[in-house]
Amino acid sequence: MKQQQFTIESNAAIAHQVYELRLSGDAGALATPGQFVNVQVGNAYLRRPLSVAKWDDRGMTLIYKVVGSGTDWLAQQPTGARLDILTGLGTGFDLKKARKHPLLVGGGVGLPPLYQLGIELIKMGCQPRLIMGFASERDVFYQKEFEQLMPVTLMTQDGSAGGKGLVTDASLQAQDSFLYACGPIPMLKALHALPLDGQFSLEERMGCGFGACMGCTIQTAKGPRRVCHEGPVFSKEDLLW
Amino acid sequence: MVNMKVNLLGISLDNPVLGASGCFGFGEEMAALYDLNLLGSFSFKGTTLHPRLGNPLPRIAETPSGMLNAIGLQNPGVHEVIATELPKMKGYFHKPVMANVSGFSVEEYVAVCSLLDQQDQVGWLEVNISCPNVKEGGMSFGTSPELAARVTRAVKAVCKKPIIIKLSPNVTDSALIARACEDEGADGFSLINTYVGMRIDLKTRRPVLANRTGGLSGPAVFPLALHLVRQVYKAVKVPIVGMGGIASAQDVLEMMLAGATAVQVGAASLVNPYACRDIIRDLPLVMEEYGITNISDIIGGMKD
Ligand SMILES: Cc1cc2nc3c(=O)[nH]c(=O)nc-3n(C[C@H](O)[C@H](O)[C@H](O)COP(=O)(O)OP(=O)(O)OC[C@H]3O[C@@H](n4cnc5c(N)ncnc54)[C@H](O)[C@@H]3O)c2cc1C
Ligand SMILES: Cc1cc2nc3c(=O)[nH]c(=O)nc-3n(C[C@H](O)[C@H](O)[C@H](O)COP(=O)(O)O)c2cc1C
Ligand code: FES
Repeated sequence: MKQQQFTIESNAAIAHQVYELRLSGDAGALATPGQFVNVQVGNAYLRRPLSVAKWDDRGMTLIYKVVGSGTDWLAQQPTGARLDILTGLGTGFDLKKARKHPLLVGGGVGLPPLYQLGIELIKMGCQPRLIMGFASERDVFYQKEFEQLMPVTLMTQDGSAGGKGLVTDASLQAQDSFLYACGPIPMLKALHALPLDGQFSLEERMGCGFGACMGCTIQTAKGPRRVCHEGPVFSKEDLLW
Repeated sequence: MVNMKVNLLGISLDNPVLGASGCFGFGEEMAALYDLNLLGSFSFKGTTLHPRLGNPLPRIAETPSGMLNAIGLQNPGVHEVIATELPKMKGYFHKPVMANVSGFSVEEYVAVCSLLDQQDQVGWLEVNISCPNVKEGGMSFGTSPELAARVTRAVKAVCKKPIIIKLSPNVTDSALIARACEDEGADGFSLINTYVGMRIDLKTRRPVLANRTGGLSGPAVFPLALHLVRQVYKAVKVPIVGMGGIASAQDVLEMMLAGATAVQVGAASLVNPYACRDIIRDLPLVMEEYGITNISDIIGGMKD
């Protein structure tokens, strides 16, 4: 973990209430996809945890949905503004488990961490595919970006774009070798019930985001684990669902 | 050159800044960021006789200038603390540590205190009779002078190390409870623990915290904490560890003027893990600015 200042390169809406935030600065503390950062927002006491969609030597990209006062403040920050960020938090996805044809499933703003994951899996020689789910057409983001990396199945609950239904209505394929999922809890629980081994990225309200306060502890098959430290990614067999 | 040393119950501290219990774990996560030995010390996570998983989630809610927590004393239990956490701590912290103890009965306080009292690394026992987030025990000991006195008497009987009683702000008269404990031999006091509070989610109309209520800390409570530290300082003769909302070197000096010999920094360390380091870095400059040479000279020095 590191505390770093980042400069906003761009901060633009890419879907209804969803923004892509490109930041320049030292993202060197990030090691695995699925890790997150904790962003200080000007009008609030606690930091806001956000997953990292991608990073490189020059900076990183976050994607966030405006849901309350902190993300609303973030959406108003102009290019050139500086953000105080704790970076390199948590334990990300285990890439070694992927095998040949990993299946990535993301719902709404659960998608961001799957982007860097896709990049890394492809570098390793895997052939991932993605199922992305949204409520409606206006919520869809990063379809093209993901399509440049891998085959994408788009689902919307109202059928206004792609297939109609939930991500679990898109069928599994015989070759799917391992599941990587991030999104709302009901979606994750439904995926957890599928006959496919996998890893799941969780969200919890956090105090610190770096393991000091015990604010985010869940009970797992291995005992109590902090979502911010041992997580946010947990293996299927460890989740007591 | 300014002198930041203070003496807390026979142990000399390089500076008066301690990490607060529950906001530093057992130090391991913070030690990965900076050398914890530059702290005066820190108080480790509230420890009970048996392991505790704590309360259901969510356990954290934000508030204006602060936060509510309802952790519910999640800890691995005193035996595991002694077998695993303290030996690990030797690797990154070489000063006396403050052992924070909680319990659900007088017997439990006695059992945990007497075990931790025998650990070389432990400098002081901070007896938390003020946790607002557990149903039985916890705070109820801290809201009654009789019960607070009973806990104090019982742990004093089995411990050699200084006993610091951690007081609750959720009472009508903190000074009364402090005096009751002082009469039973309390060597010092620490305050404040958190204020009971609540937030409601407008969408669901339910409390944000699964426990319904939680403890308020952070800058929001700083003026309240100062006031209570002053009241207790006036009422007792033993030293006080002051805390509640401290976030800067200036806050440390204010807290010491109110009557604190040393201070703890809690919530501030959660939003800025380097808060204690930064405060200790700034302290000499701020002392010079206000013409303070020996920090211990200002303890309780507020002009009434
Ligand atoms: C590990 C992790 C990764 C995340 N990644 C993303 C992401 O990539 N994109 C994205 O849009 N969102 C993500 N979230 C959710 C995001 O943290 C919340 O939407 C955000 O904190 C809301 O802040 P707010 O001030 O706008 O909302 P408010 O409701 O005003 O926030 C009040 C408090 O509740 C907390 N809170 C509210 N909703 C959540 C939530 N869902 N999870 C955790 N804390 C919450 C806030 O942090 C704050 O402390 C992630 C959460 C976690 C834990
Ligand atoms: C997340 C969290 C956990 C805490 N856990 C404990 C605890 O285990 N034992 C204890 O005596 N106090 C505990 N406290 C209280 C703090 O030690 C401190 O008394 C209080 O938060 C006020 O200081 P602050 O405003 O600097 O946080 C906790 C506080 C927080 C925020
Ligand atoms: S949020 Fe503090 S331990 Fe996870």
